[in-house]
Amino acid sequence: MSLVDVEGLSVRYGARTVLSNVSLRIERGEIVTIVGPNGSGKTSMLRAIIGAVKPYRGRVTQGRDVTIGYVPQKLHIDETLPITVSRFLKLPSGATALDIEHALAQAGVPDLVNAQLSQLSGGQFQRVLLARALIKKPDLLLLDEATQGLDQRGSASFYQQIESVRQETGCAVLMISHELHVVMSASDRVICLNGHVCCEGTPAVVASAPEYRALFGTGTGGALALYRHEHDHGHDHTHGHTHDHGDHTHDCSEGSD
Amino acid sequence: MLDDFMVRAALAGAGVAIAAAPLGCFVVWRRMAYFGDATAHAAILGVAMSLAFSMSIFIGSMTVALMMALTVSVLSGRGYAMDTLLGVLAHSALAFGLVAVSFITGVRIDLMAYLFGDILAVTQGDLAVIWAGAAIVVALIGWRWSALLTATLNEDLAYASGIDPKREQLVLTFALAITVAVAIKVVGVLLIAAMLIIPAAAGRPLSRTPEGMAVAAGTIGIFSVIAGLRAAYEFDTPAGPSIVCVAALTFLLTSVFRNVRA
Repeated sequence: MSLVDVEGLSVRYGARTVLSNVSLRIERGEIVTIVGPNGSGKTSMLRAIIGAVKPYRGRVTQGRDVTIGYVPQKLHIDETLPITVSRFLKLPSGATALDIEHALAQAGVPDLVNAQLSQLSGGQFQRVLLARALIKKPDLLLLDEATQGLDQRGSASFYQQIESVRQETGCAVLMISHELHVVMSASDRVICLNGHVCCEGTPAVVASAPEYRALFGTGTGGALALYRHEHDHGHDHTHGHTHDHGDHTHDCSEGSD
Repeated sequence: MLDDFMVRAALAGAGVAIAAAPLGCFVVWRRMAYFGDATAHAAILGVAMSLAFSMSIFIGSMTVALMMALTVSVLSGRGYAMDTLLGVLAHSALAFGLVAVSFITGVRIDLMAYLFGDILAVTQGDLAVIWAGAAIVVALIGWRWSALLTATLNEDLAYASGIDPKREQLVLTFALAITVAVAIKVVGVLLIAAMLIIPAAAGRPLSRTPEGMAVAAGTIGIFSVIAGLRAAYEFDTPAGPSIVCVAALTFLLTSVFRNVRA
């Protein structure tokens, strides 16, 4: 059984449809990236998976005993709220000191246990959020633009961390990103979203798809080529999902609203 | 001991300070200061209704405060900015309350007692109501503490942990209504928000964790009550405002402490 099974999902905010008839599945251990222009419903997709928005149509099914760790897009900590990293990692249901130490080490920030959350740098904060998501030993990690506000080196090293976490724990990863070239290189599968699934497949397949090119141009092809040889093999199981996206390819470059 | 009006006053104030401490922290963290103010202002309408229908002031003001808070929760995000909505509802409720009070004949009402509180006139029965209310508020917030804290940090984080932020908001709203109702006698509707916010804000520079801030707020609140009552006795000043003045001075002190340390 898949970790998460999204079937025919439509999401509306008032009269505005942000997602229509989207289906996707996440299998154990794979890294899937959702790319798409602003307003394409990427965040709504993740919010539907964690239950923060109710589907207008369709459904989201979680596999049995599947634990999801969620790393939000941004988190503003009010200056008036004093909270240490270790207290934050204990929310809401508690964690042992050992769990906290381990999760922070996995996220690459072992020394921050007693730091105040409001005094962390952007990169440290994202890693603490990652640690919090890891503390429940998730089967699936959801990341929403986790490297927003980090410089290129910071985000590259963040994604390396994700990759090493995946190798260490075997958890699947579903992430959203703007930084196509960085993210796509690390992904097993890429889903190009624009209110609906435009195209999906391995990074190489998506990058050369006309629907993707229509949205993003060809600029990211070069960066992708660097990684192509190491990612072109071994992940054949991810090709197995057939989605009928043929119907949608023509309105890909138009917004859904 | 309870025969002494100063002791009763101190106990009443301490009860309010204890309920206001954890709640006030959330009011500060979630930037709900104006929300607390609005709920309190609405309570005067509850006072008028209690007098008109001769029911307990506690029940009347709590009901109206709760209705007010729920109305705001429901209406927010439907076209008006939150502060506009609160401004309209709070001051309308206050004005309607004041007008309604003037219609009630046959009962001599000391309106000032409800606007500014009359902590020195607290009876043993009032004390029981205040402490029962405080116990409910502390138990409620204590029970929901982690969920409330998660929802305060980020709504999506809460959803991802299986917490419904809207339900937690409702818990806070309910706790706020109770606190307003029990605090009317002590500081009056105009100064309730001060008891919520000032001790919490004064506790901020002294704390490293949310729990620490709630304890600091409670301690500062109780200290303000005792010192304020003492000052009121000494200088023959109104008791409720004197308590708030002490809290404000404490805020000043801890803020300076933070800036010196930083």
